[in-house]
Amino acid sequence: MSFFDLAWSIFPSLLKATIVTLELTGISISIGLLLGILLALGRLYGNKPIYALATAYVEFIRGTPLLVQLFVFYFGLPSIGINISPFFSALAAFSLNSGAYQAEYFRGAIQSIKGGQMLAARSIGMSRFKGIVFIVIPQALRLVIPSWSNELIYLVKYSSLAYMVQVPELMARGKIIASRNFRTFEVFLVVAFIYLVIVLILSKILDLVEEKVKIPGLGT
Amino acid sequence: MEDLILIWNSLPALLKGMLVTLELTLAFLGLGFLVGIVFAFGQVYGNKFTQTVIAIYEKVFRAIPALVLLFLFYFGSASLGIKLSAFISACLAMGLRSSAYQSQIFRGAIQSVGKEQMMASRSLGMSQFKSIVYVILPQILRLSIPSWTNEFAIVLKDTSLVYALGITEMLRQGRYIIARTYGNSLLIYITVAVIYFILVFTGSKFFSFLEKKFKIPGYETKEEKEGVRAV
Amino acid sequence: MLSNPPILLLKDIRKSYGTEEVLKGVSFELSKGETKVLIGPSGTGKSTLLRCINQLTPPDEGEVWLNGTELTDKKVDINKARQQMGMVFQHFNLFAHLDALNNVKLGLTKVKQMSEKKARSKAMEELERVGLANQASSYPAQLSGGQQQRVGIARALAMDPKLMLFDEPTSALDPELIGEVLEVMIDLAEAGMTMLVVTHEMGFARSVCDEIVFLENGKIVEQGSPRQFFENPEHKRTREFLDKISELYGGSKR
Repeated sequence: MSFFDLAWSIFPSLLKATIVTLELTGISISIGLLLGILLALGRLYGNKPIYALATAYVEFIRGTPLLVQLFVFYFGLPSIGINISPFFSALAAFSLNSGAYQAEYFRGAIQSIKGGQMLAARSIGMSRFKGIVFIVIPQALRLVIPSWSNELIYLVKYSSLAYMVQVPELMARGKIIASRNFRTFEVFLVVAFIYLVIVLILSKILDLVEEKVKIPGLGT
Repeated sequence: MEDLILIWNSLPALLKGMLVTLELTLAFLGLGFLVGIVFAFGQVYGNKFTQTVIAIYEKVFRAIPALVLLFLFYFGSASLGIKLSAFISACLAMGLRSSAYQSQIFRGAIQSVGKEQMMASRSLGMSQFKSIVYVILPQILRLSIPSWTNEFAIVLKDTSLVYALGITEMLRQGRYIIARTYGNSLLIYITVAVIYFILVFTGSKFFSFLEKKFKIPGYETKEEKEGVRAV
Repeated sequence: MLSNPPILLLKDIRKSYGTEEVLKGVSFELSKGETKVLIGPSGTGKSTLLRCINQLTPPDEGEVWLNGTELTDKKVDINKARQQMGMVFQHFNLFAHLDALNNVKLGLTKVKQMSEKKARSKAMEELERVGLANQASSYPAQLSGGQQQRVGIARALAMDPKLMLFDEPTSALDPELIGEVLEVMIDLAEAGMTMLVVTHEMGFARSVCDEIVFLENGKIVEQGSPRQFFENPEHKRTREFLDKISELYGGSKR
């Protein structure tokens, strides 16, 4: 069987597994987004204990490998009596991990907003909370798009780690197929190609979004 | 107490694994540096063809998950009849992957140093090669330290992925300890995580020390300038 | 003038940053419809004083009274109080992500809870007042400095303040753009707005304001009418400062 025949024959099965990959990524990035914004706000505006907690969390998660975090959830938690399915342990590990990274991106974006913006908001009688909601966050969301796109693409790729805890995503599917036909190189070439396409499409979409919400007159 | 004894007893094996982890980090970063810096210059000073090839190389290696690369280089090459050891396969996969990221870091630095520096050194009669070695390189290496620190942390953490190839680095040592002792796996993995954290933390501190040490007095980096302009 | 009760009353305002005392007990009052200009060397606490008034920088000691309410009282709803004091910043501080209209409108909808439609027409009115109705959908980065500052003034005016605070409104502008901003301010003063202006524009001070306050090293050195101030200053320091300023800014422009 030529490479293209092979690729053609395994494609449908791989695509089905790609859906799991995308689900995993999509849900994790969303939970991570929420967590990230909260952590960033906690680090910037929180009181001492909140700041310390958020900082410790972000630093520790970013300082340790995702695979180890995944193992903690999947293999580690059962030893204290908590059993979660492969999919949910991957989801938990990815979301908590991504939250820490996204927190840093948001913090950077918020910090690059000049202090005068908040001052102006307060001067017309906005509370600190309203200033954050109506002035700081809308600007930070735009500024954060480039680094956030990177994070999304990282997460798509790192979702392949879920294979290590038996989640039937793209990588795992490739491994199963390869173990049947022994044409490992070609199978993973196809797998790599699918990841490549996902990454290219996602970056295109995010570029479009960035262009769309750009503030007129402001250079990036 | 029992827990503490378990951690204490597993430390020698984990530290042995840690040495392998560090070796791998060094090998990946080293290969990535050599290829990356050559490609960075190729992209800035090379002809159109060179630029295109390097651009595609970068894109491909940055878009494919590390785990897929590891599989291609280890299990994949074997299926093609090429016998590579797990260590060599890992070096190729992760080293070349890192080169794609490092080349981008260095390219950014080369571009921020700007054409003027090159022009100035060429005007003194230096060759392009000499200009690169004596004028451009010393500047871009300094400028790259912050992003390079980041790359170091990523590569160090991602050495854990070679677990999948059966290399006994730190994470696999942890797994073996759990299998041997039926010990508390949560505890072992958290210990592993803490060791990683210490490595990443110390490494980053070391690089920011280097950054301060080699800082050019009065020299503003491009990022700093842009930071002021943002918004 | 004297029959008017003071809108703003400052009593012995003190403020320190670390060990450095920036304001060393400043007191004065501002009557309704009055325009007061605050001058003095840079770093002498003028901007800090303005921010102490609307509590963006709470003073360490002293009292600020606005229309019979003590703003320095912790129990006061400061967000409510700030609506009555418009502030114009040296660097404009327009909301970078909103166009001119929305910059002016935001406070109306989000602070005053005005309806969308009413807020819109009110915001348009204010833009018209500063001569920028045709730039309503331009974003700050698309406007010149002078236009940005006029939007800044419109944004403050939209809240229907009892008092306007100007913090060096023209010092970040290119010389050719200063005029358009001053014109708006003069119109405002003539329309009876109560204004407190920190500025180096002596022409404005001379021709528009009712009283000049000279602040140096955190203290009021001298205050009086422009006439007295320019023609017959009491203190040596005042004279020296006026000489230096007219050298720097080319004397009285208007």
